[in-house]
Amino acid sequence: MTATDRPPVPEDLEHVDNDQHPVGHGRMLRKEDPRFIRGMGHYVDDIQLPGMLHLAILRSPVAHARIVSVDTTAAQAHPKVKAVITGADLAEKGLAWMPTLSNDVQAVLATDKVRFQGQEVAFVVAEDRYAARDALELIDVDYDILPPVVDVRRALAPDAPVIRDDLEGKADNHCFDWETGDRAATDAVFEKADVVVTEDIVYPRVHPAPMETCGCVADYERVSGKLTLWTTSQAPHAHRTVYALVSGLPEHKIRVISPDIGGGFGNKVPIYPGYVCAIVASLVIGKPVKWMEDRTENLVSTGFARDYVMRGEIAATRDGKILAVRTHVLADHGAFNGTAAPIKYPAGFFGVFTGSYDLEAAYCSMTAVYTNKAPGGVAYACSFRITEAVYLIERLVDCLAYDLQVDPVDLRRRNLIRPEQFPYTTRTGWVYDSGEYERALDLALDLAGYDDLRREQEEKRARGELMGIGVAFFTEAVGAGPRKDMDILGLGMNDGSELRIHPTGKAVLRVSCMSQGQGHETTFAQIVAEELGIPPADIEVVNGDTDQTPFGLGTYGSRSTPVSGAAAALVSRKVRDKAQIIASGMLEVSVADLEWTKGAFAVKGDPTRSVTIQDIAMRAHGAGDLPDGLEGALEAQICYNPSNLTYPFGAYVCVVDVDPGTAEVKVRRFVAVDDCGTRINPMIIEGQVHGGLADGVGMALMEMISFDEDGNCIAGSLMDYLIPTALEVPHWETGHTVTPSPHHPIGAKGIGESATVGSPPAVVNAVVDALKPFGIRHADMPLTPSRVWDAMQGRPTPPI
Amino acid sequence: MQVTMTVNGETVTREIEGRMLLVHFLRDELGLTGTHWGCDTSNCGTCVTWLDGEPVKSCTVLAAMAGGREVRTVEGLEQDGVLDPVQEGFMRCHGLQCGFCTPGMLMTARALLDRDDDPDEDTIREAISGQICRCTGYTTIVRSVQWAAKAQRDAASADAEPVGSES
Ligand code: FES
Ligand code: FES
Repeated sequence: MTATDRPPVPEDLEHVDNDQHPVGHGRMLRKEDPRFIRGMGHYVDDIQLPGMLHLAILRSPVAHARIVSVDTTAAQAHPKVKAVITGADLAEKGLAWMPTLSNDVQAVLATDKVRFQGQEVAFVVAEDRYAARDALELIDVDYDILPPVVDVRRALAPDAPVIRDDLEGKADNHCFDWETGDRAATDAVFEKADVVVTEDIVYPRVHPAPMETCGCVADYERVSGKLTLWTTSQAPHAHRTVYALVSGLPEHKIRVISPDIGGGFGNKVPIYPGYVCAIVASLVIGKPVKWMEDRTENLVSTGFARDYVMRGEIAATRDGKILAVRTHVLADHGAFNGTAAPIKYPAGFFGVFTGSYDLEAAYCSMTAVYTNKAPGGVAYACSFRITEAVYLIERLVDCLAYDLQVDPVDLRRRNLIRPEQFPYTTRTGWVYDSGEYERALDLALDLAGYDDLRREQEEKRARGELMGIGVAFFTEAVGAGPRKDMDILGLGMNDGSELRIHPTGKAVLRVSCMSQGQGHETTFAQIVAEELGIPPADIEVVNGDTDQTPFGLGTYGSRSTPVSGAAAALVSRKVRDKAQIIASGMLEVSVADLEWTKGAFAVKGDPTRSVTIQDIAMRAHGAGDLPDGLEGALEAQICYNPSNLTYPFGAYVCVVDVDPGTAEVKVRRFVAVDDCGTRINPMIIEGQVHGGLADGVGMALMEMISFDEDGNCIAGSLMDYLIPTALEVPHWETGHTVTPSPHHPIGAKGIGESATVGSPPAVVNAVVDALKPFGIRHADMPLTPSRVWDAMQGRPTPPI
Repeated sequence: MQVTMTVNGETVTREIEGRMLLVHFLRDELGLTGTHWGCDTSNCGTCVTWLDGEPVKSCTVLAAMAGGREVRTVEGLEQDGVLDPVQEGFMRCHGLQCGFCTPGMLMTARALLDRDDDPDEDTIREAISGQICRCTGYTTIVRSVQWAAKAQRDAASADAEPVGSES
């Protein structure tokens, strides 16, 4: 289908004219773009410091082996090499191991064994990046190869080699067990149910692969004793604290700066050995040291995502009332448990696997294991594993529809949580804040022309053509989180915000979250603009520098708007409260007699007597007395602790055509209706949705980090790990509804990961629907032509 | 070895290693960091520049091979303080998020519009299909290029019209 014969679809996206940009929420062009379109973005690898050296890492070529010896003599002798450091060298300083974000430990450089292909073994520091690479070739490592654990299902076999023999008393590859819900109640419901559908569902290992790889420049200044680290970090404050704990340097002597980041998607939340190596190198050598990984290093060693092998069961009445869901999950955590999730949630927020449905019971048990693969697990815009949860339930509902021979839309409609049930407590204890699910579903069906599509499908099926229509409905849980429940390594998941109004009424907002392309400089200026009536152009947003911003846990899990956005609104209101007292002095009336209209306080009943926020700012800094007890200046600071998560939701419809001759899947249309509560900048919101949809198509159809039986990663380049280009994705069609969050100060919910969560099941449901004539109820991602072909021949197999 | 080339209209000469890639030459030797690097296998296109008027992946060209030739990078798009329509288009249509793929996309878009002033959606998708954007999902990039094409056509037809009486 070409651009011209596409049916006209009402679209959200329209052009924005910044000459009329809003003072507050609304479509507004981004403040960060003028630098990016000129090539003047400032990313880590753009940093050049006088005397800067380059670091390269030697990685293990094998998945599991004992290190017999490491000979660095030849590398040391290279004329451009300044240092060669091995695990043994780090061990002398007590730095060979570091804590992970999940209270496990991970080797900075391997000392005893290598535990996955690509693991860090030694590093070289040299005068330029080419020489550093050359010297890696000169290091001689003798490995004693051990059998690897590659198949997650064999990890707990009695004869499986023990990967983590560094942990005292460890005799197997068990990582942790976890459960949620009521087992007995769920079993009882399953027992009496008319219909039970069971399906084995795999969410394969994938990788966020942002276009910019991970890296840093570490600069330790001996005289002041201060370490500055420019780094690709989505969470600069959390990183600083970990570095302080590892290195022994005090926090005030560590400055972590995240400059522009070329995409994160959760890949830039963990602390990687490379960062620590660069810091050590700069401490030892006393010069700035740059480490930038290459693409293979990024794909084989940094935080992967997903890797859940799930057995799902759904129980229902014969007429389609869903009663309960039960699942057991086998989770592959790789060689070290490096999951970046709130510490009390080892499975992230997978507990929301009951989805958007009103059930009687639910239960999940999970076993996580170590394997000889890279660590990670929580990444790639997953909202802490909600991708896996939503995929499971949305696939199960389609499987149930298949068995009951009912339309999957009717089945969903019958079971969606109704508006009057909110706030709704799920069977696993999550309190969904607000929702009007059917309204979003109706809009999506309407935009897609669902009934027409089904008619078209019927005609095509009669002709032997394979067209599929997939529907998915999702609810997310984002904005971690309430500090009573949520922390990472003991750091509460709250965000700070500081707002300072200059005498002329211009402002600077400092926030603890960190943009990786989400446009915070624009969105956060708009939040303040909405609250104070100061034009966004007059508000500078500072993020990413621990010396310049208040403490907070950063940007991932769609938490920026729910947490930092709330902080920005509340700090603005705090400033406004002070401004009101100053205004009462200026207008000589009591505070209670003032009325706020965006940007000014006026005397109630006499709008001619008013002062603008700019007048007030000047007075706050100027001569003359302020009302009794008030200090000068106009600024405030807060730390926001959310009372609950926010629960965005959406309804997606995907239309695919499968070539009966080649089994190639073409996504013809994709309609996404999202509800993220109050919309701050709809243009940016739609952009976030579009990007997530492309990711979802990628996961559903082509992306997978796979391994051969020896544990070699066979997806270590962009030739092997396929990411959608403009040819594999359709023109996105978006719509929205607005159901504000009742507890967020501006009613916003977060949007960054909705589409990544909702789109994979929509695509897979569509492909499986297309394959209905073959009697197929389920096929696992990625639905590559060969896997679809196998399914068509009656051989659907799990990918791992 | 010594290499001399023209970059964004300026002649530059540097002493380099023969194996140095053009992308590293531009970034590390000349400080033109608008051209990015994102893969080891010529797949991502964040490094696209022009070589004698043609878009190339500068990670796949040796700096030595650019000797005596003309290179144009994203830094050379803006002329005398006036943005190229493709730059304007990407800003107006939200054709970028993290900005990492953007310079490469802009250079390809500029080359496309030089040979086709009204490309349809399929043509634009085909033109950028050697490049990856992880953030935008491409729809807004397509739109940005279309915006630029139209702006360019409008400007051309305005130029062709007789000058009005405005003084
Ligand atoms: S750097 Fe990826 S194609 Fe050039
Ligand atoms: S804008 Fe981030 S990769 Fe394209």
